[in-house]
Amino acid sequence: MIFLRRQLPLLITMVTGLLFAAQYYVPHPASEQMLTSATKWLQIIGGFALILGVTSLFHQHAVKIGRKEAGWGYSLVLYAAMLGTIAAGLWANGKESLDGAMTAFGWVYNYMMVPLQGTMFAILAFFIASAAYRSFRARSREAAILLVAAVIVMMGRVPLGEYLIPLSGDVSSWILNVLNASVRRAILIGVSLGAIALSFKIIFGVERSYLGGGKE
Amino acid sequence: MRREADLVEGGWGRFAWPLLVMIFCVSSLQPPCTSAETAISAPQDIQVFDTPNDGGGSLTVQWAPTPGDGPDIRYQVLLAKAPAADPATFTIIAEFPANTKYIKDTKTAWWTRKAEKTWHQAVIKSAKNIEVTDGTAYAVALAAVQGDQRVFSPVSVATPSPDWFNWNQLNNLIIAVSFCGLVFYTISYAKRNEIFLRRIPGLDAVDEAIGRATELGKPILYMTGAHDLHDPSTIAAAVILGKVAKRAALYETELMVPHREPITMAVCQEITKQAYLEAGKPDLFKEDANFFITPDQFSYTAAVDGIMLRKKPAANFFMGHYFAESLLLTETGASTGAIQIAGTDADHQLPFFVTTCDYTLIGEELYAASAYLSREPVQVGTLRGQDIGKAVVLSAIAVGTVLATVGVITGAQWPQIVLDLFRDLK
Repeated sequence: MIFLRRQLPLLITMVTGLLFAAQYYVPHPASEQMLTSATKWLQIIGGFALILGVTSLFHQHAVKIGRKEAGWGYSLVLYAAMLGTIAAGLWANGKESLDGAMTAFGWVYNYMMVPLQGTMFAILAFFIASAAYRSFRARSREAAILLVAAVIVMMGRVPLGEYLIPLSGDVSSWILNVLNASVRRAILIGVSLGAIALSFKIIFGVERSYLGGGKE
Repeated sequence: MRREADLVEGGWGRFAWPLLVMIFCVSSLQPPCTSAETAISAPQDIQVFDTPNDGGGSLTVQWAPTPGDGPDIRYQVLLAKAPAADPATFTIIAEFPANTKYIKDTKTAWWTRKAEKTWHQAVIKSAKNIEVTDGTAYAVALAAVQGDQRVFSPVSVATPSPDWFNWNQLNNLIIAVSFCGLVFYTISYAKRNEIFLRRIPGLDAVDEAIGRATELGKPILYMTGAHDLHDPSTIAAAVILGKVAKRAALYETELMVPHREPITMAVCQEITKQAYLEAGKPDLFKEDANFFITPDQFSYTAAVDGIMLRKKPAANFFMGHYFAESLLLTETGASTGAIQIAGTDADHQLPFFVTTCDYTLIGEELYAASAYLSREPVQVGTLRGQDIGKAVVLSAIAVGTVLATVGVITGAQWPQIVLDLFRDLK
């Protein structure tokens, strides 16, 4: 049993990990074919896993409705929206338009989904403003530096700002291309090494908590 | 008449004949002179071979430069299936000015280069009228063209085939294997010795955040990011979830983990279950602590924002990779008064996390979290390996900068030998 729960998954992880790490260095078409096949398999597994996710979603909201928990009405909306969209999608054979005419599924996507997504994204502008207000209050020396740098960059990135303070364009570019870029690169080097080290640990079975924790 | 005769014989006449003779001579000499200046020579030392380090379907032709190479002369690469012998009947695969397409312009390293960097090189692949397939022999020739002149090189034959190893990436493989060896050495070192870990406030605050949630009797919200388990940052987030879930189980605090990806959800369910078992509280484990919402970015954000506003969790954890939803999530969390800890390798989202969260694990700190929280020698040793790796990378950058500068100033080629070792070559 321990073999099936522990050793076999670790063995599969090691073999596939080494195989696909080696694949990076092999330009042969057989190697490319292997990668393409594996990617397709992952997509198929992902598709089936979606059933798992949708089951979880339905179960969670069914419990909410059953218990009449706070906001259970939203769960009803979710059920109605999901079942309605599935029905519209099956009716339209998954197509947004047929013979130039928009299907019900296309209508749901274009007139409900897209505006709702756009609304959420647009809210970001207000959130940025409120976050900036809180962050840029010069309560400490670091916050003051952040405030000054942000003002210079903002002035340098808009035509009016650069017109009012001509130097702001060059200073802004210097902040972005020298200070900001160097820090970003430092972070990326650290991230890359961290990701590689984690990959080694997983491939060789040093890190195994993703299998469910424990040390057997 | 006399006047005309004077003009001819006496005035112009004295110069006219020598002038005419001179013009004749010059004009009769001109064609051979011009021909000598613009006569073009056939491409020399032509080498045709299967393109090395590729997936097949291509040939490479290299040839020596000539002093006459200039923009007014053009080279043509000619191809036909073997055993064709007359280059004039071959298909023109490429045509370009004679002062272009040098080996120095290609991304190759010194250990795979077959000719001088000053030589010309062209890669032959399938074209409109002819397909280059593996295992078929092809006749290749070059033509130098100027005006109406067209001279051909001798015909060479080569057969394309795929390769099993890309020798251009040998440096990459050596560096990767060396880093792997280094990590395992530091792990064995850490088992025998104590290794100092600098304080990471964001991870010290994990206990504080869970304790606060316990005191307030409110749940903990934990997110694993936008990516699936292909991404190391999601794996790191899942590993940290195990530690957080264990503490939550010990303190008997509710844990909520909304997911964007079903496979990640299934893995996190197992991790959480194991954490509750290890904490000795298996009865407190809830199967639906990990639940799926949607893979859609903003639908997920709206749902999680709703959870934050309705359930008002006392602690929010944002681990893994995030996109534009980062600020929408953290700003909503901040408005509910929750203590917020973020950890991400998404450098573009770091400013948003830093401004809205109480603690932020920046970049590699996300990967260090597992080691920091567990303090296991195996994990801590990996961190030491990463630090040494960083020192090597920084040293390589410094040395490389100096060598590149020396190479540019002095025009010397030897710095390139070292610089090639650290180049990303495909």
